[in-house]
Amino acid sequence: MNVPPDLKYTSSHEWLRAEADGTVSVGITDHAQEALGELVYVELPEVGRKLAPGDGAAVVESVKAASDVYAPLAGEVVAANGALNDAPGELNKDPYGAWLFRLKPADASALDRLLDAAGYEKTFT
Amino acid sequence: MLQTPLIDAHRRAGAKLVEFAGWELPLHYGSQIDEHHAVRRAAGMFDTSHMLALDLEGEGARAFLARALANNVGRLTKPGKALYSCMLREDGGILDDLIVHFVRGDLFRVVVNAATADKDLAWFASLGPAGAALRPRRDLAMIAVQGPQARERTWDALPALRAASEPLEAFFGAQAGAAFVSRTGYTGEDGFELLLPAAQAEDAWQRLERAGVRPCGLGARDTLRLEAGMNLYGQDMDEHTTPLECGLGWTVDLESARDFVGKRALATQLPARTQLGLVLAGRGGVLRAHQRVHLAHGEGEITSGSFSPTLQTSIALARLPVRTAPGETAQVEVRDKQLPARLVRPPFVRHGRILV
Repeated sequence: MNVPPDLKYTSSHEWLRAEADGTVSVGITDHAQEALGELVYVELPEVGRKLAPGDGAAVVESVKAASDVYAPLAGEVVAANGALNDAPGELNKDPYGAWLFRLKPADASALDRLLDAAGYEKTFT
Repeated sequence: MLQTPLIDAHRRAGAKLVEFAGWELPLHYGSQIDEHHAVRRAAGMFDTSHMLALDLEGEGARAFLARALANNVGRLTKPGKALYSCMLREDGGILDDLIVHFVRGDLFRVVVNAATADKDLAWFASLGPAGAALRPRRDLAMIAVQGPQARERTWDALPALRAASEPLEAFFGAQAGAAFVSRTGYTGEDGFELLLPAAQAEDAWQRLERAGVRPCGLGARDTLRLEAGMNLYGQDMDEHTTPLECGLGWTVDLESARDFVGKRALATQLPARTQLGLVLAGRGGVLRAHQRVHLAHGEGEITSGSFSPTLQTSIALARLPVRTAPGETAQVEVRDKQLPARLVRPPFVRHGRILV
């Protein structure tokens, strides 16, 4: 299983990456895409939407099942990766490249309180 | 979990193995969508050894099947002919769907679903086949080779099967040495189903793979059969569904004088439900089993739904009020939304072509 050390994680299998501009990219982990199977549909949040931690922010559907992607922290959606609408399979091919949406966090330090790679891997054992 | 004679071959090929009806079987070998396309465009193969073949032999075999099956066994006049049929309860509910092959003389071979195999055996025994012996053939493995190139690739891989299987028309089978080859399947494509001694299965599988037949798992099998408009037992039909309610009226013989279990119920009940297909009109999600379907004159439920790799949109089979007609638009509850879907008559795809 691929768990890059430079990202943050949630126990519900989202990953987060702090970008240089202060925003945070959110996607689903390698484990999540593997468990879901081939993805065929994504539903992305609207830019400008304000999310609270735990809100359903996006939906990914595979041949097998639908799964919610939750907001890992509070913030406003500043971008959605619309390219995935026509190529949801990118989530399988490149789970850490295929971000779903970007948030401007309400509190930048909230990111520090999420799981690191080692902590995320421990959720499997 | 039970394992088929091909378990080692699946593991070596990197299959993602899952439990299905008590058996450990491949879900896919990497990409179920690529496997699906391989069957529509070239050739793929499935390990279907979990299904149970049953030989029924004896002077009473034909009469027994005529009583046990809803389809007209009288149509099995030429040796090798296969017939798809339901097996019913007295109230018309479906116990299982199966294929019966008329092998020769007084020998018939029935292939039933894995999940229902024990129930079917008990049912057969309870009907008391007089003058016929029932033999489960767990000694046989089964490989389904499917796709427009399936027959050619099978002959490349297993040339000894060619002479017996080349003349076969659709829905006929023949013994070829130790193997029984039938021109049947569950994908909507041409191809063969091979029943062969378990000890020969792995060698046959490897030869087929070397001949360019792509191993395919349960994931592709499900999307292929759904596109082909074929029911899955336990999902699109069960003991509380009659064949007339799930698109299988064509398999029920109410015309001949023959009496069979369930005939009286089917002849006297007016079905309240019918089965049609749905094609999602736009985007918004994936149609799936148990989603509610709303129509101007009532509502129904999806029994099987998925993403169709051939149509590149979502399709489904649904159980709907009996007067529902193709061409109407339905609204399907998908998560928190109502999505429009077009009603069509299955199949969605046959022989590589989209029909809806």
